[in-house]
Amino acid sequence: MVKEVTTNSEGLATGISYINKVDRKEYALKAKTVVLAASACSSARILLNSKSSQHPNGLGNGSDMIGRYLHDSTGSSRTFFIPDLMNRKTYNEDGVGGMHIYSPWWLDNKKLDFPRGYHIEVWGGLNMPSYGFGFGASDLNKYIGGTVGGYGDKLREDVKKFYGSVMGVSGRGECIARKDNYCEIDPTTVDEWGIPVLRFNYTWSDHERKQARHMHNTFEEIMYNVGGVALGEKPGAEKDYGLLNPGRIIHEVGTTRMGNDPRTSVVNQYQQMHEVKNVFVVDGGPFVSQADKNPTWTILALSWRTSEHIINQVKQQNI
Amino acid sequence: MDRRDSMKSLLVGSLAGGLVLKGCAPATTESDQQAPPIAEKYYGRTTDEIVRDNKLLEEHFFTIHELETIATLCDLILPATNSAGSAVEAGVPEFIEFMAKDMPDHQLPLRGGIMWLDSQSNKKFKRLFKLCSPEQHKELLDEIAYPKIDAKTPQPGVQFFTLIRDLTLTGYYTSKMGIEDLAFKGNQPNVWDGVPENVLKDHNVSYDPDWLAKCLDTSKRNDTAKWDDDGNLIT
Ligand SMILES: Cc1cc2nc3c(=O)[nH]c(=O)nc-3n(C[C@H](O)[C@H](O)[C@H](O)COP(=O)(O)OP(=O)(O)OC[C@H]3O[C@@H](n4cnc5c(N)ncnc54)[C@H](O)[C@@H]3O)c2cc1C
Repeated sequence: MVKEVTTNSEGLATGISYINKVDRKEYALKAKTVVLAASACSSARILLNSKSSQHPNGLGNGSDMIGRYLHDSTGSSRTFFIPDLMNRKTYNEDGVGGMHIYSPWWLDNKKLDFPRGYHIEVWGGLNMPSYGFGFGASDLNKYIGGTVGGYGDKLREDVKKFYGSVMGVSGRGECIARKDNYCEIDPTTVDEWGIPVLRFNYTWSDHERKQARHMHNTFEEIMYNVGGVALGEKPGAEKDYGLLNPGRIIHEVGTTRMGNDPRTSVVNQYQQMHEVKNVFVVDGGPFVSQADKNPTWTILALSWRTSEHIINQVKQQNI
Repeated sequence: MDRRDSMKSLLVGSLAGGLVLKGCAPATTESDQQAPPIAEKYYGRTTDEIVRDNKLLEEHFFTIHELETIATLCDLILPATNSAGSAVEAGVPEFIEFMAKDMPDHQLPLRGGIMWLDSQSNKKFKRLFKLCSPEQHKELLDEIAYPKIDAKTPQPGVQFFTLIRDLTLTGYYTSKMGIEDLAFKGNQPNVWDGVPENVLKDHNVSYDPDWLAKCLDTSKRNDTAKWDDDGNLIT
């Protein structure tokens, strides 16, 4: 468990100190170059915990940007009952768990009342039963004039009648990264390794709320056109249009943002820290924006690029 | 559902099938008691999960009377048919015992609900629910099995029956017997030919032959991928 990056009198990294989880003792590792890949928030945490006289605000944090511009994808969902899919024949499939529909910025996004865009994921089908299967199994009868409730053979028939007839649609979109959405070191709390933990300050803005409103209107438009019946209430303004709490879509990025200007960014185009040239960050932290998509492939691509850069720099004896 | 929750429920769901209660269930036999530890029985558990599963399996929550009442209810909810076994045959009472320990929020509503049901049957028929006749069972259940907004409906009974029905269905349909009853086919590796013709017909849709030709090449589906020395795919 890495605690901090250690530095010398010139403020350059000399390695890391870490806790061995087995013997619970602290050790030091020496290194010429340190590459952090602890995931966006954890790398920010390590950097913020690495304070020294050269880096009193955390390693490479003269700009006070580390932890800021934290953003996660937006997420809001709805489920629909599709009467046409009742009494399905079963065959070689086990359902769909979040298929992305290609929906690039909703055609011309100038007509939207929010910036950027989102995509829709659909799920449903003849999934393998898991815990929760059969809960409320006969409730859908209320939409087709059947009897809700019961037991015995009637109930067994209901299960089969409705199996695979519910579809979900989820919107996943871009949250606009903002300086005032940030994580920072919690001054009062440590984890079991004695390392100070993060605390989070994050709110949605009208950009995300309007996007989620648009999602729900679109869900209904699509699903009514396929003959679906919406389940549950459509979430309104009082519920931020069903936006899940920040962090729930688990695409947190942005905490060590990339840029050319050391005053407004933490790393350069090679994910190298502006203020500490032998430290690199290769997780989602350097993302300035994450579009509407899941981040992993971009994390991989950028870290690949950084790896090649490090090799070149080492060969040229720059680091 | 949150992806983490669904992962968890997948684990719990696959665990539902054949749990064995040690010692206290009336139907428990000697060989059941020596069932292999969960580590050998189920695939894919981490060490921490195995330790927790085994700990829960060693604990008892329900009394024998409660388990017998649960078994009676389970078989009223899903009796055997010509082609499928009953909920008790699928091991659902053992599943409910496990879930009550795994998710302790279930404990009070289940225990209280069983007492409520016994007191109803005592009032009406002067006997415990599990000892009632089929007609008496029907009379008691018909009052609580259909959620009606009606002043006369005993709401605690409706709540309890909904819970036990949900758990019975989930326990049954995550067991081998239930999966077979549902005719779940799953995803069979290397045999995807698209949605069957007769299903497409039922919904008045068909594949576009051009796209089908591009997307599905059944002649190569059993080939193993090969790469050249430079890492280029050559198959
Ligand atoms: C349930 C779930 C589903 C997801 N689905 C998708 C998806 O479908 N597609 C997609 O693109 N993305 C998905 N994501 C997001 C994706 O997993 C992450 O964006 C990605 O894994 C981040 O990669 P990373 O290398 O930055 O960090 P991680 O993969 O989180 O790796 C960081 C590693 O560093 C270790 N670490 C952290 N702190 C320390 C420390 N102090 N000392 C030592 N080690 C440390 C961690 O243990 C971990 O092994 C999903 C995320 C979750 C949680």
